[in-house]
Amino acid sequence: MLSLTCPCCGITAEETEFTPGGEAHLTRSGPGSSDSSYEAYMFQRKNPRGVHFERWRHAYGCGKWFIAARDTVTLEVFGTYPAQTTEPPAEIVTQIRARRPDWTPEPQGAA
Amino acid sequence: MKRYSAFAIAREAFRQHSGWQRAWASPEPRNHYDIVIVGAGGHGLATAYYLGKRFGLTNVAVIEKGWLGGGNTGRNTTIIRSNYLQDPSAALYEKSRALFETLSQDLNYNIMFSPRGVMMLAQTEHEKRGYLRTERANALQGVDTRFIQPSEVKRLVPIINIHGPRYPVLGALWQERAGTARHDAVAWGLARACSAMGMHVIEQCAVTGVESANGAVSAVNTTKGRITCGKLGIVVAGHSGALADMAGFRLPIESVALQALVSEPIKPCMDVVVMANTVHGYLSQSDKGEMVIGGGADGFNNYTQRGSWQHVEETVRALVETFPMISRLKMLRQWGGIVDMTGDRSPILSKTPLDNCFINCGWGTGGFKATPGSGWAMAELMARGHSPLTDAFSLNRFREGRFIDESVAAGVAH
Repeated sequence: MLSLTCPCCGITAEETEFTPGGEAHLTRSGPGSSDSSYEAYMFQRKNPRGVHFERWRHAYGCGKWFIAARDTVTLEVFGTYPAQTTEPPAEIVTQIRARRPDWTPEPQGAA
Repeated sequence: MKRYSAFAIAREAFRQHSGWQRAWASPEPRNHYDIVIVGAGGHGLATAYYLGKRFGLTNVAVIEKGWLGGGNTGRNTTIIRSNYLQDPSAALYEKSRALFETLSQDLNYNIMFSPRGVMMLAQTEHEKRGYLRTERANALQGVDTRFIQPSEVKRLVPIINIHGPRYPVLGALWQERAGTARHDAVAWGLARACSAMGMHVIEQCAVTGVESANGAVSAVNTTKGRITCGKLGIVVAGHSGALADMAGFRLPIESVALQALVSEPIKPCMDVVVMANTVHGYLSQSDKGEMVIGGGADGFNNYTQRGSWQHVEETVRALVETFPMISRLKMLRQWGGIVDMTGDRSPILSKTPLDNCFINCGWGTGGFKATPGSGWAMAELMARGHSPLTDAFSLNRFREGRFIDESVAAGVAH
């Protein structure tokens, strides 16, 4: 079971207190966008084996959305950060690089 | 390939069983095949089998990174049914169920198909209305199902508690010709038949890259060397995203863990399959006597093939209320498989942006039942470039908004 720390209220709790919300840092496509970018926004997902950024909600706590950096193979959580950002902050990238030297950050949001 | 028969058993009994052959060969890969299928699970092997059987294409290799049938084929709860709401789904799954009926004879391999009947319990008014609708849809599709009353549920499943306070049984959608089969045997039987047709089934051979030129696949790089191919079929379930990434396109798929567990073996007490979708639990009794329990999927991306304790607890807690006699059973084993979930919870059998590359994925939590039907249709798609059973399941449906929305429409867990 995952143990996550909500960056909004600071509480560390088991995953049953949170609700997963899918891939983070998607760029919203709306009216006026091309079919391709809308399809990518709605359906296409990175689904990586390894480092992944995803949205979580502290559903049985403060109710806020945040983003977790996590490994989908080992379930290691590298860190969490508030949702009001378009890409992982530098300290999260550093934490991931410390554990996964081979990993390089991809541009986020480019679906 | 020597045929299996009652005579063969008698013959071998007289010579210390020294004459049995290996069921399938383990060849080293050649440099080139007309068709390479990635993934030797049920669907990949069935695709190869029907390529040979229906279209005479036998210069085929099926490559597998682990061991044969060691992924979701060996990790499911073996349920076979076709009581879907949408027409394209019902057509595909009913074709599959029908193929299962004679698969043992076709393969000369006992897959232990047991048409014991599958019952989907209606435990809320909403669910009851949903199944009454499915019953009528199935009647139009030619799928033999009917809605049965609680008294008949109790007659068929004496161990059930139909008066549970939270989840009373209000009826059930009953498909008498549905059932179970031995999942490993399906993979083994198909591999044996493919091998007998001269195809290569290559285990312990992981794909590390896909080479393409001029919009078409030219070769796959594997841990056993480079293999050129005329056509490529990707049939790798939970790892479809990784393969698509190598081939240079993206999929509307996320991989999550789905888990199951079995109890200690007990005397025969239930001879049908019961699915309780409101509480996300499926229950059947294996031929060994174990109660086989399937649960819900994790909600987040996951490649661990493990599952999680809280889902075991949720599933078992709910089933104990409906089946009070299982409350003292000890659980023997628990395991997980990585399932590939699409946006509309229906599979993808489709051409891809690469001309000679085809993909079969997205079966999510319900792929085993479709094994022969999926192979039948995928083989046709790969051989002819078109199949009536796969038309609706193309990758373009997400772009065009033609969803086959089983998750909401049928109200079932799958």
